[in-house]
Amino acid sequence: MAASLFSVISRFLEEYTNTTPNKLKLVDAYLLYILLTGAFQFLYCLLVGTFPFNSFLSGFISCVGSFILAVCLRIQINPHNKGDFLTVSPERAFADFLFANTVLHLVVVNFIG
Amino acid sequence: MAEHHTAPDYKHKASSNAAGALSGNGRAGSSGGSGGLSGGLTQPAGWQSLLSFTILFLAWLAGFSSRLFAVIRFESIIHEFDPWFNYRSTHHLTTNGFYEFLNWFDERAWYPLGRIVGGTVYPGLMLTAGLIHYVLNLLNVTVHIRDVCVFLAPVFSGLTSISTFLLTRELWNQGAGLLAACFIAIVPGYISRSVAGSFDNEGIAIFALQFTYYLWVKSVKTGSVFWAIACCLSYFYMVSAWGGYVFIINLIPLHVFVLLLMQRFSRRLYIAYSTFYIVGLVLSMQIPFVGFQPIRTSEHMAAAGVFALLQAYAFLQYLKDRLTRQEFQTLFFLGVSLAAGVVFFTVIYLTYTGEPYHHLYAKIHIPIIASVSEHQPTTWVSFFFDLHILVCTFPAGLWFCIKNINDERVFVALYAISAVYFAGVMVRLMLTLTPVVCMLSAIAFSNVFEHYLGDDMKREKPPAEDSSDEDDKRNSGNLYDKAGKVRKHVSDIVTMLMLMLLMMFAVHCTWVTSNAYSSPSVVLASYNHDGSRNILDDFREAYYWLRQNTDEHARVMSWWDYGYQIAGMANRTTLVDNNTWNNSHIALVGKAMSSNESAAYEIMKSLDVDYVLIIFGGVIGYSGDDINKFLWMVRIAEGEHPKDIRESDYFTPQGEFRVDKAGSPTLLNCLMYKMSYYRFGEMQLDFRTPPGFDRTRNAEIGNKDIRLKHLEEAFTSEHWLVRIYRVKKEDNRQGLDHKPRNLSQKQKYISKKLMGGKCAPRGAWLAWRRGAL
Repeated sequence: MAASLFSVISRFLEEYTNTTPNKLKLVDAYLLYILLTGAFQFLYCLLVGTFPFNSFLSGFISCVGSFILAVCLRIQINPHNKGDFLTVSPERAFADFLFANTVLHLVVVNFIG
Repeated sequence: MAEHHTAPDYKHKASSNAAGALSGNGRAGSSGGSGGLSGGLTQPAGWQSLLSFTILFLAWLAGFSSRLFAVIRFESIIHEFDPWFNYRSTHHLTTNGFYEFLNWFDERAWYPLGRIVGGTVYPGLMLTAGLIHYVLNLLNVTVHIRDVCVFLAPVFSGLTSISTFLLTRELWNQGAGLLAACFIAIVPGYISRSVAGSFDNEGIAIFALQFTYYLWVKSVKTGSVFWAIACCLSYFYMVSAWGGYVFIINLIPLHVFVLLLMQRFSRRLYIAYSTFYIVGLVLSMQIPFVGFQPIRTSEHMAAAGVFALLQAYAFLQYLKDRLTRQEFQTLFFLGVSLAAGVVFFTVIYLTYTGEPYHHLYAKIHIPIIASVSEHQPTTWVSFFFDLHILVCTFPAGLWFCIKNINDERVFVALYAISAVYFAGVMVRLMLTLTPVVCMLSAIAFSNVFEHYLGDDMKREKPPAEDSSDEDDKRNSGNLYDKAGKVRKHVSDIVTMLMLMLLMMFAVHCTWVTSNAYSSPSVVLASYNHDGSRNILDDFREAYYWLRQNTDEHARVMSWWDYGYQIAGMANRTTLVDNNTWNNSHIALVGKAMSSNESAAYEIMKSLDVDYVLIIFGGVIGYSGDDINKFLWMVRIAEGEHPKDIRESDYFTPQGEFRVDKAGSPTLLNCLMYKMSYYRFGEMQLDFRTPPGFDRTRNAEIGNKDIRLKHLEEAFTSEHWLVRIYRVKKEDNRQGLDHKPRNLSQKQKYISKKLMGGKCAPRGAWLAWRRGAL
């Protein structure tokens, strides 16, 4: 079971490095960074406690939100998905991404306290 | 899959609309057909948009004017009870500024506890009114804040019409959208909470609700992050405006979940919901009143659950595209077991903390919540009264939506079903049913009109809806002429009938608005035999007396219904008000009202009460007075002080509640009874009835000779509706009881001479003898 799991994962990684375009790999690197940041924040909260709860929450939601928005961007600029998004060109997707991040971070800064 | 449904759907609609686009009745095609029109219309798209604009403008105007009955008949005044608190807060906002309002601690309410207004109120309404007032004054249009507050709801009703138009247009087509806008402009279910003067949350919340739903449907259809963020901002406005935002945050996840079950998952859906959830979450927590509830209470857990589920589903879809079936199965098994474990532990945690059951319990067992008349179940009469013909045609619209299903029509179907359930539970929630009924009825009417009005042109093209399929097949055998003529007559008759129904609807709406929903309830009006109007302005008379004749820091005790009005109009500190957040404090007031005078005086002393205000309707027959509410006071007091107050004490041995001689002695001696009927026993209203005849209860009161020891009457309004008593201060010394003087016979006066005691010298006596005579 574990061996087959390992082989599945290694094959998936190999296929991933070979077939995905560089643009998407860049977005994926950004996603990984956000994921690690979020994990560290959560770990910190578990260790130190939730005292300024709104600060923890705003930081964590900022990570989750940025992750989600980057995933949305990745979906929209993937040429494979062009059929789904007739009204959204890659440039529009990027503009939306900037707008959404602005709104998200304005709220996060307000919430951090 | 799901993505392919929308494209042919659109083309279908466009062609049928282009074919049937005759001018008249305001039906407009979604994309302006160019060919096949009767001549004379150059640039039909231009005419259609002009027509749409005119219709929407007229709908706004109709909605605005329909809500002005109370202002025209009486004056521009804030109605009811809750709006007075909203008005007072808005006034505080405009005089003191934004941060003062957010951090306001009101020590003139709930004496001696005070109320943290900033953290216990939905600020959207006050901020909207304050902003409009600020902008208008900036442009040197000096409007008083009261007028802004009074006319805010009618103005926003127009905006609601427009957002309903937009939403229905996304769901069906432009014609249905226009019909929906017209319906919601005048429908009584919505007017009841948004007349001019009713300055309450629902006035702006329904607009925010419809607009948020429109943006949600738009973001699901386009899959664009921009629309999703716009939906979040609108959702933020909704959260700031009304506690009913919980409806949105549960309906949207339900929609996503049902779409997942129907195997209509698409990347657009994923983008729309993920963005909406996470940005909406952080936005909703900015409102102080909401605070951390979105991640703690059970009402918000559905949204979080669906979010997690959607992430998992999307990730699995991504893997499925990349891996072979075999590999996918191994990963899938691991994933499912992980997910099951997480769900299991979450359920254990939630049942341990007992979260989900609080809210069901509250409604049935807490007397205050049960006593509010708006929380009673809805009757069929209310449905018809508030919605008229729409409630009959809305199932037809729902059927059309379900038959031609796509992503957004699933949403409206779920909206309809949940709204119907909630409206059946509480009268107050009829308001959430009204928008969806308007939309679905508009769809039904639009379909009927489209079918019967566009007939002549439609015969050339294949029929668009399934419903006309069977008719066509039946008629195809006949000669075209004959079938055509019969068909034409049938379509004329049906169109006429539908128009008549709509006209009756309009008449009904106006009648209901005029008669039922336009009373300010601060000012009462009655009509004499000759039709002239008699205005009873007792409430304001009493409140202004309080305002002008009492000390600024005087404390007024009354039942909680009048708290906001006293604070707003009389500007005095109150003990309990309509916020009803502290049941024990209300129970104390209830206990004071239900006990005898001495026990009540102890309570009033401990609460520093200066004045007591009661409503008494016995002189004019007003049935909303405090004696009629008295049993609720007793029940609430009994809930907290079961040893001192028992409800059964206030009934006769036969179990009746009577105020005449046969009434229970506890009732006849309680403070509320004494205050209501003080000096009423001497008053004879007309020759046919004895003095002291209570018109509301239709009984002659039992205890006519009432003496008050610790209170004195301060003010009674013109028709005895409002009675105010001053609480006397304690005497400096407790008076001695006057016992009869005890004359003992022991000390009789006996002359000293006879007793042989020392008396005056003989010389003095002889001198007196010589001096006399």
